[in-house]
Amino acid sequence: MREVDSATMKIVVCVKQVPDSWAEKTLRPSDHTLDRESVDAVMNELDEYAVEEALRLQESQGGEVVVLSMGPSQATDTIRKALSMGADAGVHVVDDGLHGSDAVATSLALAKAIEAQGADLVIFGSESTDARMSVVPAMVAERLGLPQLTFSSSVSVEGGTVRTNRVTEYGYDVVEAPLPALVSVVEKINEPRYPSFKGIMAAKKKPVSTLDLAGLGIAPAEVGLGAAWSVVAEAAARPPKAKGTIVADDGAGGVAIADFLSAQKFI
Amino acid sequence: MAEVLVLVEHVDGTVKKVTYELLTLAARIGEPAAVFVGSGADAALPGLAEHGAATVYVADAPELTAHPVAPKAEVLATLVAERAPAAVLLASTAEGKEVGARLAIRSGSGIITDAVDVAADGTATQAVFGGSVIVQSKVATGTPIITVRTNSVAPQAAPAAGTRVDVAVELSAAAKAAKVVDRVEQAKGGRPDLAEAAVVVSGGRGVGGAEGFGVIEALADSLGAAVGASRAATDAGWYPHQFQVGQTGKTVAPQLYIANGISGAIQHRAGMQTSKTVVVVNKDPEAPIFELADFGVVGDLFTVVPQLTEEIGKRKG
Ligand SMILES: Cc1cc2nc3c(=O)[nH]c(=O)nc-3n(C[C@H](O)[C@H](O)[C@H](O)COP(=O)(O)OP(=O)(O)OC[C@H]3O[C@@H](n4cnc5c(N)ncnc54)[C@H](O)[C@@H]3O)c2cc1C
Ligand SMILES: Cc1cc2nc3c(=O)[nH]c(=O)nc-3n(C[C@H](O)[C@H](O)[C@H](O)COP(=O)(O)OP(=O)(O)OC[C@H]3O[C@@H](n4cnc5c(N)ncnc54)[C@H](O)[C@@H]3O)c2cc1C
Repeated sequence: MREVDSATMKIVVCVKQVPDSWAEKTLRPSDHTLDRESVDAVMNELDEYAVEEALRLQESQGGEVVVLSMGPSQATDTIRKALSMGADAGVHVVDDGLHGSDAVATSLALAKAIEAQGADLVIFGSESTDARMSVVPAMVAERLGLPQLTFSSSVSVEGGTVRTNRVTEYGYDVVEAPLPALVSVVEKINEPRYPSFKGIMAAKKKPVSTLDLAGLGIAPAEVGLGAAWSVVAEAAARPPKAKGTIVADDGAGGVAIADFLSAQKFI
Repeated sequence: MAEVLVLVEHVDGTVKKVTYELLTLAARIGEPAAVFVGSGADAALPGLAEHGAATVYVADAPELTAHPVAPKAEVLATLVAERAPAAVLLASTAEGKEVGARLAIRSGSGIITDAVDVAADGTATQAVFGGSVIVQSKVATGTPIITVRTNSVAPQAAPAAGTRVDVAVELSAAAKAAKVVDRVEQAKGGRPDLAEAAVVVSGGRGVGGAEGFGVIEALADSLGAAVGASRAATDAGWYPHQFQVGQTGKTVAPQLYIANGISGAIQHRAGMQTSKTVVVVNKDPEAPIFELADFGVVGDLFTVVPQLTEEIGKRKG
């Protein structure tokens, strides 16, 4: 176990840029990857909770918050947003060779970047709103040998120990681990702040460094679409649903539904 | 024939239905073998055998459940190394996906999550972007690791030997670094699990308040259903967040989904679009949720829903 002085605690927050969830998302016909050009890009909403949690820990304990994102060049907007919320510095992993990376490759790039930062605490969102796999935090924990405290609805750090409530199907588990450790947080753990005007101005001067594959020590053959360990063979729009029966309530709408449910053998 | 490992989802030996669904899918690819981690295996054996498990690997040591996620991944990784299975199937629950994630890294394998079907050659069908795009994918490296959504297939009885084989696994130091120091159970009121339920009855902003959920719960109970809610309802504090259906809540694919006072925003549809049958009650005929409806009533939910509940009561006698 490493002794962590909380005043110098370094928190790395991982944020992903995703298409605005209001947009109809499509896959590019050429290579079945997400068409990221035709839709507005925003910070994954669930990662706002991760940034907020990092800032709260920093406010109560001191230390530094670094935001890490892997994505195409426009992902700097998402990094700037986190900086304008109050994070201190950004790291942008960007390389054309990363296009089409699967979750396994994504976790490799993020793990290498986190390792280079020497984080005491790594905070993730619990899921991206585009691919929605909920696997990257667990993969990074496995790669770095870090204790995994994911799906947290509360996080506290005290004397080199992190304690979380892990949401389960039946309630929650209280989980504890020594730092350095990896956490993911669920929606509604906190109320993410809006960037203030002052924050937005300050963010412009904050440092953002970039890392490419060579800088991470990753061979191009290990990542990207060509290296994907899971591949999409075929993609098609879901066939439109046949139009249903819609009736106006004439005082017997409930009975009409019961008739439908009986006909379908639900009753 | 190569084995196909299925991680058993259970509570103290009471097996969840999704496990039987996974065994049914596993039989398409190879010989189903269940992997049971934790205590209570004896109670689980007959059901697993009944649904096709030729072998049941049992790892029952207290330390396996004293740490989150990693121990199950290490048990599976050990079996993958020893048995070279054709695939590993897990439930697409939060934990199932994380176990699969760690297993993918440990075993050098690709992973596919949220499959809604799996073919004999291991090709998985995924419904992505809230079900608007159907994708066929395949794992190209290592042992295919596939997590499958609940209610993807009807579980079939296929009696097999269900021979118990105990396995001992030495956990890594990293797996033991995070400790579960307490388990807190929150009452769920005797209704089925939202993610597992065959019928889900949901309420949205139209329900108007926490008290309004009384009519939603009454309908749910008349059908033995789980209760769901839109984010408008959970954000307002009318219903607990763990019941939220949608993009940032649970994804459900029940036989029947009844949406009451829900407009059908894209983020809500993302969590229920693959439901087999959809019934809608909404007073606005223009509400987009009607596009998904097999049957819909334009009307006030406070008259339609109680009438429906009463009618179901009558018909069930
Ligand atoms: C429709 C679709 C289906 C896909 N299916 C598969 C599949 O079956 N198998 C597969 O291996 N890959 C798949 N991919 C690719 C995969 O989504 C990407 O590799 C992605 O980067 C990781 O998955 P996720 O976004 O679901 O992450 P999640 O595991 O849901 O993300 C959890 C958290 O990890 C962090 N994070 C994730 N990505 C980044 C990033 N780029 N930068 C910084 N932090 C990040 C964030 O904190 C986020 O909240 C799919 C992609 C799409 C668009
Ligand atoms: C990133 C992101 C993630 C999101 N994730 C989710 C998610 O996971 N789940 C989710 O649900 N939403 C999610 N949302 C929110 C989503 O956009 C909608 O705001 C939300 O689904 C609206 O909920 P609603 O349909 O209950 O409310 P409204 O859109 O306000 O609809 C209420 C409906 O009730 C009807 N109504 C009113 N009174 C009655 C009555 N007496 N009888 C019958 N009908 C009545 C109205 O006609 C209306 O159609 C997300 C949004 C974002 C940006």
